[in-house]
Amino acid sequence: MAITEENPGYKWVGTRPVRPDGVEKVTGKARFGADLILPGMLHGKVVRSPHAHARIVSIDTSAAESMEGVKAVITGADFPDLAANGAHPSEIDVANNTIARDKVLYEGHVVAAVAAITREQAEAAAKAVTVTYEVLPHVLTVDEAMADDAPLLHDAMITKGVDPAPEEPSNIASKILHERGDLDQGFGEADSVVEREFTTKPVHQGYIEPHAAVADANTDGRAHIWCSSQGHFQMRAYTATVLGVSPGTLKVTAAEIGGGFGGKTVIYLEPLAVRLSQRAGRPVKLVMDRDEVFRATGPTSGTRIKVKMGVSKDGKITAAEVWMAYEAGAYAGSPVGAAGMTAIACYDIPNFVVEGYDVVCNKPRVAAYRAPGAPMAAFAVESVLDELARNIEMDPIDIRLANAAVEGTQASYGPKFPRIGFVETLEAIKEHPNYTADLGPNQGRGVAAGFWFNAGMMSSATVHINENGTATVVTGSPDIGGSRQSMALMAAEELGIPYESIKPVVADTETVGFNDVTGGSRVTLATGAAVVDACRLIVEDLRGRAAKTWDVEVDQVEWVDGQAQHVDGAQPPLSLNDLAAKSGRTGGPISANASLNSRGVGAGFSTQLCDVEVDPETGVTKVVRYLTAQDAGRAISPDYVEGQMQGGVVQGIGWALNEEYIHDTEGVMENPSFLDYRIPVASDLPMIDCAIVEVPNPAHPYGVRGVGEVGIVPPMAAVGNAIHDAVDVRMTELPMSPIKVLEALNENDG
Amino acid sequence: MKYVAPSSVEEATSLLSSSPSAQVFAGATDVVPQLRSGRTAPEVLVDLKKIKELVEVNSDGDKWTVGAATPTAYLTEDESFSHEFPGLSEAAGLIGSDQIQNRSSLGGNLCNASPAADSVPAMVVNGVRAVVAGPNGTRVLDVSEVVTGPGQTTLDDDEFIVEFEIDKMPNRSGDAYLRMTPRTEMDIAVVGAGARVTLADDGSIEQAVLALGAVAPTVVRIPDAEQALLGSTADEETLNAVAAAASAACNPIDDKRGTVEYRKQVAGVLAKRAVVIAIERAEQRNGSN
Repeated sequence: MAITEENPGYKWVGTRPVRPDGVEKVTGKARFGADLILPGMLHGKVVRSPHAHARIVSIDTSAAESMEGVKAVITGADFPDLAANGAHPSEIDVANNTIARDKVLYEGHVVAAVAAITREQAEAAAKAVTVTYEVLPHVLTVDEAMADDAPLLHDAMITKGVDPAPEEPSNIASKILHERGDLDQGFGEADSVVEREFTTKPVHQGYIEPHAAVADANTDGRAHIWCSSQGHFQMRAYTATVLGVSPGTLKVTAAEIGGGFGGKTVIYLEPLAVRLSQRAGRPVKLVMDRDEVFRATGPTSGTRIKVKMGVSKDGKITAAEVWMAYEAGAYAGSPVGAAGMTAIACYDIPNFVVEGYDVVCNKPRVAAYRAPGAPMAAFAVESVLDELARNIEMDPIDIRLANAAVEGTQASYGPKFPRIGFVETLEAIKEHPNYTADLGPNQGRGVAAGFWFNAGMMSSATVHINENGTATVVTGSPDIGGSRQSMALMAAEELGIPYESIKPVVADTETVGFNDVTGGSRVTLATGAAVVDACRLIVEDLRGRAAKTWDVEVDQVEWVDGQAQHVDGAQPPLSLNDLAAKSGRTGGPISANASLNSRGVGAGFSTQLCDVEVDPETGVTKVVRYLTAQDAGRAISPDYVEGQMQGGVVQGIGWALNEEYIHDTEGVMENPSFLDYRIPVASDLPMIDCAIVEVPNPAHPYGVRGVGEVGIVPPMAAVGNAIHDAVDVRMTELPMSPIKVLEALNENDG
Repeated sequence: MKYVAPSSVEEATSLLSSSPSAQVFAGATDVVPQLRSGRTAPEVLVDLKKIKELVEVNSDGDKWTVGAATPTAYLTEDESFSHEFPGLSEAAGLIGSDQIQNRSSLGGNLCNASPAADSVPAMVVNGVRAVVAGPNGTRVLDVSEVVTGPGQTTLDDDEFIVEFEIDKMPNRSGDAYLRMTPRTEMDIAVVGAGARVTLADDGSIEQAVLALGAVAPTVVRIPDAEQALLGSTADEETLNAVAAAASAACNPIDDKRGTVEYRKQVAGVLAKRAVVIAIERAEQRNGSN
């Protein structure tokens, strides 16, 4: 671990204790989405479209309804028509993606759902639902979708962000544009210019736990939902929208979550489970199979990206031109906006144009995936920068140092950067022994960098002091990456009591104040700040109680090491335990709430160094050494920070080498299983070396930046650049599978 | 669906004869996914793992017998077997993952009749024989005679393999199996290549058997490569001829796991490499071990 800022004497922050959720998880007691069983509970099954694009002519549910054990069958007609009710287009899209009304837009799109006493009965009933389709021509890629005569997914889609607005509808939902300076002048000043075109495939978040939801509806219109998600308040809001009810009628309890990576910030099953439960009068459980997870949830966009960049002999980037088209899947909303903002955000570039298009096509609606949109853009930009560095014979770290954004740089997407740690991540790589480690035959080394904003948003926390002086820290942020440990560490530091005396819990939507989703790497920052605020309120309260006990002014009382101390030592100290035991006589229970809208985010940067070995006869690429340096701001829990850094890299290596959605010509996914959708296995990877850089975020009490996402931004380019270094082929298509690498090698030989 | 676990070969064959829609299984590593996906729906599932002789490994004077339902982990963990048949042991050790190998078996790997089954090319090059039980007793088939196409075998519905017979590895002989997968494990061969050679006293190749997996509907032998190797010392020119013959012997398909072009090219590469490893191993089996 590389620490660039001294730890200011923290006792708990920055330590590596046992994780609070560990015992329950390793002993199998933790309850995930599919684990809940309620008395009388029914099993649901969803009916999905076999076609990529079709009009629903009719749905006959009568045979299914009459089958043994079947208690409810629902279709799109069982949900309010949000379009007719004047809802916002984005709400209509959420509803139509949950269950189709008149058109199916991708293979796997939900058309109906059933609930029965057993899962087998539900599966049989789902097969008995007869749907008559009028199959329509489909488009699978941005190229097909943007073609002049392409069939349209949405008849009324007029491209946003174009002035004047186009008169004709298209599959282009929106255009984004960022520009500065004068491109012609910038390229005129360049001594070397490289222009390349890149394509990437849709990839899935690959969480191990499939989506699952249990709903129990009451006859008074209220319902309770248990589900695995990255934000049960968000699940409540979306579900209420689709059902056309007030959010307050729904209570959502967060299950333990077996991975999300952005893909569990959206709803799929929850409204269906509630409606089935209402129709059947019994609780209903819906659990997806893995192939449903692949066909109908996630993924992130496939893309086509063109990059042209120029540098002067001294390594200064003089101009950058980026054109990008991102698949949104069936409904508007690809992450091209974030892609446009992040693509060149690492660098201070005087002249640039970044242009992007959000394009719908007949694939599942994309969902957030770890730094949504940024990795594909970075693959393109960082590959071109690698080539430029070679052209001017400059070290790949040095060319990035020569252009690195620093405090005060006007970011390519608008604001001026506050204190950031990009340069420090570059230096951490350069100083690491991996940077000069010997390379063997057919081995090569690649560097790439990445940027992610990190989010803030809204959080709430409640802290209770128990009668023996221990504390319960309650938040509403599902723990997808170790946030419970971080909350407990910060609370221990604030209250001055041992980490083991603190129980961090994630409460349901009726037991704690509002929390936005666990996403955007925001929870340790924003929910952590709420925990710190609540702890500070507790400490104020405790000082007041000690002052009352001693009959002194409150400013005579200090809170040190978990106890109230008189400034002059005139009284024996009162520990938290003493004060808690006497709380009845000093004002009642000791408890505090804090809610906030985050006071300031801290942008994250990562620089990575990858060594590969390429088998020149089979095209197989093996990652032999990997180093990631990332600015954490402050690593509250270094174990989890390293886990996030390594996790991002590993997902990125999978994306780089093997992961892809494969569709046949009819738009049916051919590899909806982990056998043929190849996320890396442990033996595919070396230990991922971590260099935690700490350049504290001035807007957080402990200096936290988010750490969950930026680690996935550089790997594809780092791997691609290493392949180039090893065997002299420039890979411009993901995944860089053995087949593609061997093709490229054959072309070089030919 | 009914589950039965007979304790003898006779009980199993009579069960199969009396149940038209019965399916035998060993480790169930292929059957369970097929059941779950709805690709198969037998009325009776017959578990062969409770029959003693199907789950044991024995070595007598001149051959090994391996029960058809023996977990492949028994082979990879058997030092004596693995020392004698490193290629076959390594092939068995490539099936699925460590967990899968506690269930997977040579009999299941063969009778599932996947063109990509890892143990099959390694069994073919070693001349392994399958002892097949049926209502009328047993018959013996070469492993290469069992599979006729994807999912298709020459076994009748009421037959199953009891055990495999493997003649002891002669002196100055060695085997090897290599496969290409994008991942290091938990994957299915895009190309597999098995080789076995026997060397003459002067170091030239006296016998050679080469077989490829995943490049045709069934495992294919490479007679032209075998012929090219005979009498040679596997110099570069000969190895290039082996590679060319291997590529030519392929009859692959384009699918989600690989292209025709890729499979042909890499079949040549792996065949060549497998031969080199088999020769190294043969050189080390000089009679003293």
